[in-house]
This record gives sequence, C-alpha cells and structure tokens, in this order.
Amino acid sequence: MQKSVLLAGVAAIGMMAASLSAQANDELVQMQQNKSDWVMPLGNYSSTRYSELDQINKDNVKDLRVAWTFSTGVLRGHEGGPLVIGDTMYVHTPFPNIVYALDLNDNGRIIWKYEPKQDPDTIPVMCCDTVNRGVAYGNGMIFLHQADTTLVALDAKTGEVKWTAVNGDPKKGETGTSAPMVIKDKVLIGISGGEFGVQGHLSAYNISDGKLAWRGYSTGPDDQTLMDPEKTTHLGQPVGKDSGTATWEGDQWKIGGGTTWGWMSYDPELNLVYYGTGNPSTWNPVQRPGDNRWSMTIFARDADTGMAKWVYQMTPHDEWDFDGVNEMILADKEIGGQQRKVLVHFDRNGFGYTLDRVTGELLVAEKFDPAVNWATEVDKTTGRPKVVDQFSTHHQGEDVNTTGICPAALGTKDQQPAAYSPKSGLFYVPTNHVCMDYEPFAVSYTAGQPYVGATLSMYPAPGGDHLGNFIAWDAAEGKIVWSNPEPFSVWSGALATAGDVVFYGTLEGYLKAVDAADGKELYSFKTPSGIIGNVNTYEHGGKQYVAVLSGVGGWAGIGLAAGLTEDTAGLGAVGAYKALSSYTNLGGQLTVFTLP
Amino acid sequence: MLKDLRQRWAVLGVAAMTLVALASAHGQDQKDGQAAPEAAEKPYLIKDGKVDFGTYNGYRRYEAYCLRCHGPDGAGSSYAPALVESLKRLDHEQFTDVVVNGRKNVSTSQQSVMPAFGYAEDVMLNLEDIYAYLKARSDGEVGRGRPARLPKEQDPVYKERQES
Repeated sequence: MQKSVLLAGVAAIGMMAASLSAQANDELVQMQQNKSDWVMPLGNYSSTRYSELDQINKDNVKDLRVAWTFSTGVLRGHEGGPLVIGDTMYVHTPFPNIVYALDLNDNGRIIWKYEPKQDPDTIPVMCCDTVNRGVAYGNGMIFLHQADTTLVALDAKTGEVKWTAVNGDPKKGETGTSAPMVIKDKVLIGISGGEFGVQGHLSAYNISDGKLAWRGYSTGPDDQTLMDPEKTTHLGQPVGKDSGTATWEGDQWKIGGGTTWGWMSYDPELNLVYYGTGNPSTWNPVQRPGDNRWSMTIFARDADTGMAKWVYQMTPHDEWDFDGVNEMILADKEIGGQQRKVLVHFDRNGFGYTLDRVTGELLVAEKFDPAVNWATEVDKTTGRPKVVDQFSTHHQGEDVNTTGICPAALGTKDQQPAAYSPKSGLFYVPTNHVCMDYEPFAVSYTAGQPYVGATLSMYPAPGGDHLGNFIAWDAAEGKIVWSNPEPFSVWSGALATAGDVVFYGTLEGYLKAVDAADGKELYSFKTPSGIIGNVNTYEHGGKQYVAVLSGVGGWAGIGLAAGLTEDTAGLGAVGAYKALSSYTNLGGQLTVFTLP
Repeated sequence: MLKDLRQRWAVLGVAAMTLVALASAHGQDQKDGQAAPEAAEKPYLIKDGKVDFGTYNGYRRYEAYCLRCHGPDGAGSSYAPALVESLKRLDHEQFTDVVVNGRKNVSTSQQSVMPAFGYAEDVMLNLEDIYAYLKARSDGEVGRGRPARLPKEQDPVYKERQES
C-alpha cells in the first residue's frame, strides 16, 4: 500500500515535472517571438539581437531623443543589458550585482531592488573588472548569476528569493560573470576563472528547486566532459575515449581552464545548446604541451542531458589567449547553393566561422579583420589554423618576446555580441583593431592565485590610427561588406532592427545608429560614460524604445583607461594612444531613447 | 643613476628582512607615513636607458600578476590606482605590506580590494623585482612599454643571479 502511494507520488511529481518542463519551454519559445519584449540578453534563443520593431527607422532615427534615464548606483564596468517583460524592465549591475525591477508605466519607478551580500574577497579574483552580463527570465522568475558564483532565483513580481545554488568557489578563483539561459525546466550557467587555473564547465540547475541537473566540464575524462567516445564528433570524426585528458600532459587538465564565461544559444528543434570554451591555463603554452582539448572549443550539447553531440576546437594549443567564448548566432543560410541551418561565430582569434549546426561541419572560416596575422588560414578538413612560426609564442619559446601579433589577447572581437538581420542577411560585428607583443614564462600553480605566465603589451594595428571597427559581414562568403573605423575598440553589443537601422555603443560613450545597408551614421548621442553594454529595443504603450547601459570598465577599462603604448615593433601609428580617460569617466547609467 | 651593486644588494637584504619581520611580527605598528631609510636608495640599475635583469624581470612579472587591475605599465585602470603615482607616496615597507597582506576599501561608492599575495609563491619570489620596476617607473626613469635590457655582459645583476 505504502509502496503504491509512493509510486503514485513519484509518478505525480514526474508528470508535474514534465508539464513544468513543457510549460517553461513553450513559454520562452513563445515569448521570444513577441517583438514588444526583450526576454533574454541576446534577444532570442538564436542570439540574433534582431528586433522586428520598425517604428524607429533609417529615415526618422535622426530625431531620436532621450526619454528617461536611470542611475544604477554602481561605478564599475557595465556589460550586458536590461530585459523587458511586459510592463517591467529588469536592470542588473556589476558587483555587488544589484537587480532592479523598473515600472515602465511610471517612468522607471523602482518596483523592487535585490542586493546580495557577497564577500568582497571575490573582487580581486575576477579577471578583468567585476562585470556581469545580465539576468535571465523563466517561469515567473529572474535568475541572477552572482560574482561569487551563487545562482539566485528571484520572484519576478516581488524580488523575493525562491532558492539559491552555489556553482563554484571564489577561493579557487572560480567566479561568475556570464548571463544564465533558461531552457525548458533548467537554468544553465557557465563559470569564469581562466586566469586562475579553473576547470571550466557548463552547469544546468532545475528551475523548480535549484538542484544540479548536469554538469559538463570542458576538460577531463568522458564522465566529466559528458562525451561519448563513439557518438560525440569533432568535424565528423568520433572524439575517442577520454579526449578531454588525452591531449594534456599528466593531470594538467584539472587546472586546464576552458572556462565558459561567454554566451549560450539554443535550437529548440534540435534541442541543442551551443557555447564556447575559453583559454587553456596557463598563458604559457610551453608549459602545457598538446592540443589542450577541449579549451577554445565550440560545444553542442543536448539541453536535457548535457551530452556533447559535437565539438569543434578552433585554436588547438592556444598561444595567445584567444578564448572561444563569444556568442554563437543561429541562422538559416544558403551556403554554396545549399540551404543550411548554420551557426555563425566571430572568434577572438580573428576568424569568422560558419558551421552546420546540426552536424558541426565547418563551412566557412575567414578573417574578419585583415590585420589578423597569427595564422594564414584555417584548413577546412582538419579544422586547424595554419600558424605562422614568427607569431607562434610557443615556437619562439619561453622568455622570448614575440612581437607584432595580430590580434592582441583581447581578440579581434571579445564578448560584445554581434547582431544578425534576416532582412539584410548581414551580421553586424563590433571589433577590436589591436595587436600585441607576448612573452611566455614559467609559472607555478597556487589555488586562488593568478596562473598567467605571460607578459603582453598592446598597441594599435599596423598603419591604423584607430583601435576598433564596426563591420558588416557576409557569413556565406566570409567577407567584410562594409567597415566603419572607430577611435577605440567597439566593446558594446550591437542591435539590428526591421527599421533598417543598426545600433551600437562606443567606449567614449556614444550611442550610434547606422544604416544597415552601408553603415552610414544616422544618429549619435553621448551618454555620461563609456558603453560596454549591449543595446536593446522594446515597445511600450505603442512606442518603440532603445535602451543601453553606460559604465566604462572591463578589459576595455584596463587597456585603454591610460591609453596604449607605442609598440616595440614600430608598427603602430602615432595619434592612437590618446587615453580613454580624457573622453569619459566612470558611472553606471541606463539611457532610454525614443522618437518625439 | 648607476648605483653601486653592493648598495643594491644591501637594499634587497633590508627588504628581505622587512618581509621576514612582516611575516613574523604582523600587526606591529609601523612608522606611519615616514619614509624608511632605504627609500632613498635606488633598487634598480639603469645605464644608457637600459635596465638590469631584475628591473626587466619586474616588468614581466608586473604585467603577469598586476596588469589585470592596475593597467599596463603601472598606469592604472578604470578601477585600480596607477601604481606609478602610488609609489611616489608609498615607501618600500608600505608597498610590501600591501602586496603581502592585501587591502580593502569597500563602501557604497567603491569596491576596491587588493588581494593578499603573501601565499602566492611567484609573486613573493619576484616582489623585489616588481618593486624595482615600479619604482623606476615612478621615478620617471623608465617609460611606458617594455624596457630595454642591458646586454648580459654589462649587467652585474644578471651575472650575480647566474652565479647564485
């Protein structure tokens, strides 16, 4: 009797779980289609950062004006951007990771504010400023991924804490900066700490109770990487047994990095979640021989079980800190006369990749900045870059300063997400135009202490008088369509709209609108601080709004606050070293624009 | 600018003792704000614009352990102070204290936390070199970017370390 009651109970819970799963899944798949809202950091599961809204268009965008503003009360670097769901906007901040719910019916009145208490000792183990890339919505809850790796579920209406889960240990250098993503009945988060010898992973928690559902490591034996030696493939070939340890020396994979601090995308039909892994630790390649799998890798995992379906390692045995964590944009494209479900990825290493997202087949890999010189090309069959010895920091060796490498460690593009307009068929990409000298040297590992092992200096790319470009990219051909030079790296996420306008922010603080077809500047407004946040748009009360967070900082705040140095190779142009600090100052502010 | 090498090593000796003193008698009151006698000495060696191995190594180590907050070449970032400026105020003892024990300045408007590097072997082993580099930067003797190195045969510090 007791047993059957128990069984019935289990069955009931099972049914509840199943219905909840379907509910949450359908909810977000539906919600992302509502053009009035902005329900996830990158706009939708395909991470296109594209909006169907067209009230603001290329003819009237010149009349844009500020509707209202909001101070976040925090001064550090503000990455990411707000969510809009119905009448409420959710704004997050860097450490201490405050979340505000603002009432759009009442000029952004604060409905609730959540401020976690976190140990300040987390601050110095965050690599490059205390950034946070945003919150996620799902099933009536707002999910916050705190700096100390705590994942919090908040009631979206009241801000009340529903549950918390701890994803890592800051004492070992594990921190949280990335935005969560809700898929069906789970919320997925990554982990940061590639400069501290963290073993990176993607982890899924049940949205009902915060229990860990699965965790897939980037390195390690198959039971940790969640790989099937026969069924998981790399460019069509089975990865083989324990591929996550086979290309590491000894136990180095345990402190091997491959952190997951970037963005995720999701294809509901294939039920696959896509994301990239970061640099192998340490930055000294000589100290870790081998390909260091699966750092620097695009992963496609089953969203329910975490099992890896396919992987593609872009930069085997990294020698430059070219983390592979940038966003994966999902689109349908005709490539070589064949209609394909593709994944487009602009990597730090300077190559724009187009892959078949069903199979992981590599279709296109071309440089999206002509300055890129560390590799001549990517071999489509093996997937390997053809590395130039002159710029190989391993080939040059420890204690040797390898000069003139393009791009610099911050990549041709960092985490700032690109946009894709299905209307124009083009990708709009914020980029860096910076090169470096890089000298690796021997380091020892101490838990919770920096595990870097390289010195680098950065400077403008040869011949240029600018540090960034905002480009339009054809992902089928692998070609730049147009390119706008910017004085500084473009560190803001782009937005494309059906109004044929593309928006982005600049480090001096300008919000810019350009023509989607040719890049012509149509509007610009200088906000109080440099923009490293992502632009979004929504509709409220019949009006279209554009919103962006200002607040200079992050990696951009490190390299550029004081200006870059003259390069040792004598390649850079004088005039590009002006300090960013003479253009802008700290300050977290949301600026919301609309038409008069 | 070129200092007697023995003086330099004497400085390092004092520094090493300071470290030991800090480690063993942590919490003991320091002469607050008063420049320690060794501050008058130069911990670096520069000849024809070229630096000794220690200062050069200090540059490398600085860029590895400190750059992510304090910016390239000690020039500061959007959220951590320019050490080129700080070392005009901090003497060697105070500098060592902050690196070994860390420092917190957390308020509603600021979240500045310097971690304690006392247990970070690579930082502690290279602390004097990092100090020498930053002091040279702070004194205006070394500019932005990678400093030029003295040729090995002209670098007494390099020779000394090769021998030891």
